[in-house]
Amino acid sequence: MKRQPAHLANGEARSLSAIPNLEFSAFQKTILHELANGARLACLCADRTGAGYAVLAEEAKQRFGVLRTQFPEKEFTSLTPQCPQAHLFEREIAEQWGLLPVDHPWLKPVRFHPAWTGRDVWEREAIQPGVMDFYRVEGETIHEVAVGPVHAGVIEPGHFRFQCHGETVFHLEIALGFQHRGIERALEGGPHKLTLKMMETAAGDTTIGHAWAHALVMEALAGSEVPARAHHHRAIALELERLANHTGDLGALAGDVGFLPTAAFCGRLRGDWLNLTALLCGSRLGRDLVRPGGVGFDLDATQIEELRLRLEAAFTDTANAVELLLATPSVLARFEGTGKIERFAAEDAGLVGPAARACGLPRDARTHFPVGFYQDLKLPMVLDHDGDVAARARIRWAEIQASVQFIRQALEGLAELPTGPTLVPCGPLAPNHLALGVVEGWRGELVHMAITDSEGRLGRYKVVDPSFHNWTGLALAMRGQEISDFPLCNKSFNLSYCGFDL
Amino acid sequence: MLKILRARIQQGFHTNHFPQEVPALPDRLRGAPILERARCLEGCRACVEDCPTDAIELAPVPRIDLGKCLFCTACTEVCPTGAMQHGSDYRLATRTRPDLFLESGKALELARSLEAKALALFGRSLKVRVVSAGGCNGCEVDVNVLSTIGWDLGRFGIQIVASPRHADAVVICGPITHNMAEATRKTLEATPDPKLVIAVGACAISGGPYLHQAEQHGGCEGLGIPVDLYIPGCPPHPLTILDGLLRLLNKVE
Repeated sequence: MKRQPAHLANGEARSLSAIPNLEFSAFQKTILHELANGARLACLCADRTGAGYAVLAEEAKQRFGVLRTQFPEKEFTSLTPQCPQAHLFEREIAEQWGLLPVDHPWLKPVRFHPAWTGRDVWEREAIQPGVMDFYRVEGETIHEVAVGPVHAGVIEPGHFRFQCHGETVFHLEIALGFQHRGIERALEGGPHKLTLKMMETAAGDTTIGHAWAHALVMEALAGSEVPARAHHHRAIALELERLANHTGDLGALAGDVGFLPTAAFCGRLRGDWLNLTALLCGSRLGRDLVRPGGVGFDLDATQIEELRLRLEAAFTDTANAVELLLATPSVLARFEGTGKIERFAAEDAGLVGPAARACGLPRDARTHFPVGFYQDLKLPMVLDHDGDVAARARIRWAEIQASVQFIRQALEGLAELPTGPTLVPCGPLAPNHLALGVVEGWRGELVHMAITDSEGRLGRYKVVDPSFHNWTGLALAMRGQEISDFPLCNKSFNLSYCGFDL
Repeated sequence: MLKILRARIQQGFHTNHFPQEVPALPDRLRGAPILERARCLEGCRACVEDCPTDAIELAPVPRIDLGKCLFCTACTEVCPTGAMQHGSDYRLATRTRPDLFLESGKALELARSLEAKALALFGRSLKVRVVSAGGCNGCEVDVNVLSTIGWDLGRFGIQIVASPRHADAVVICGPITHNMAEATRKTLEATPDPKLVIAVGACAISGGPYLHQAEQHGGCEGLGIPVDLYIPGCPPHPLTILDGLLRLLNKVE
């Protein structure tokens, strides 16, 4: 039996009783039916009571379908063989709640922590990070390369295993969880004094994105209105975050092919972009700017003008650095055709963000699920079709240009708005409600979903960082590549470890 | 080649002149907090109660634990009299954990230089290995930025290296998650003695926003890792990190 999901807009809360609670097999059938009709699995999770939730993103209809169910007591039939997008969500459910997805083709731990129920589906006596049943290619001419958790650069920890035939990578398997600090578990029973801080540091380079997605959820549950000035500030800050990181990534890509001019220029320019965020709120990463109910800082006319002038200066130099990179034949020779993902594979794996758009998949929450100032001012969505490192580089450059144009207009709009409050603190949260907040961070879609208990406290709070989907993309991109191209492919995704590990 | 040279000329020169000149800092930078006890209302404990990491004490001595402080705005916004404020001082690094307790009306005991023997070893060349152990990538990126042309860490003889075997110092970021405890221990072991340990950020010092989580160890403090330099913040500004490193190496007054 199939049923219609409840349809929610981005930043909307709905009483749990208004969300269809389906018998488990109907829940799975409905998910498959919706996916066959063009929806995408944005979230699948369970809670302490064994209740299950699915969020289906429908870009074409600009809405989300939401379903509930009750998981069977100990095990359930895995959806993954029919729906690869579910693979990590089901592994996560297995790890967190000890529910066994039967016939899951790749059932391994996600973050290497004890189950919240104490029931370990792998029946391990002790849990050691990165210790699992790795996929192996056997044969006399096959060798294995293991890297991490501690890497050679100033980057986060993760363990990578390459199955190689000579220089060619047949398969890459990625084991994460080293940064796991228990964020979702800590959010239960909140909001607490540390809730916003944990959201800001879920992935520290995506402070604005995660804080905004969290704010959307809290505002929906409290039914509060955000002042107009705050809408402008949030959108400006989110695009500045994108500018800093895209610029840094293009510099890092240049560095990985030995093109040092752009590597050096962009390293400095990334800091210039971060300093614009510091102009807003004192923190280069945007700490304490976005809060439930609005933003913590405002700009006066002089500061708006300063921001505008520095934006233009940083953009002029960024354009110079990136145009040089993308006009250098030896760079393009290394970028083009490297780390290619076919569109169907990206779709199957449920990729999001620039990595998905580089394969021609139109997925951008700013376009499809706009909130705040994105409802007033449309940003053109940038698509590419080659799915390789070059496409992921071109997407970033095109998005940099679009973001700068967007900020110019947002600053004009902000200057014309009457002065007034930027923050109206949220009141109590509606009990027994479910709320969704989705923001297009610089890596892609950030999904926050909260369910309140009968007293209006946060019950289950689910965070889906874009890296949750996209690490699989990196593994796919490495197939058939030379192992020496791994740093380049890795940088072309530049995924978050802590955002995945939570 | 000509295109590269043209671009190079347009980009100009951007390395700052610290420590001879302090680079421009954001007006809203939240530096060392200032607690003026004399302005507190009788019996008011608003800042103590609102501080997300419980970094503020009013008795027996009014003081702020910069090792826990996230330099957020909770205390300053709730304070009814302006007794609690953020100063603009970027200099925050200390040599000991007790020095991070900033008492009302007192100045911070900033990091002293290494002792003569250690200074002779590391003063002109310090190789640093960074370990991210549950960090949010905030401290990591603000350490990394020191290697860009804007800061040019190399001019001070400091270099970030790829292997602990090549390192004189280990920078630790993050609260040291349970899943990174073993790797952190091994990295420290693999670094030849004598070595320095530098804790960057509230997480590495005390656990930061994660201090109550069972999934982590409360930073270096929780695991009893001896630390030679503490650089507080969430994350610290790159200038705060550089200032701390240069103080340790006796390169800034």
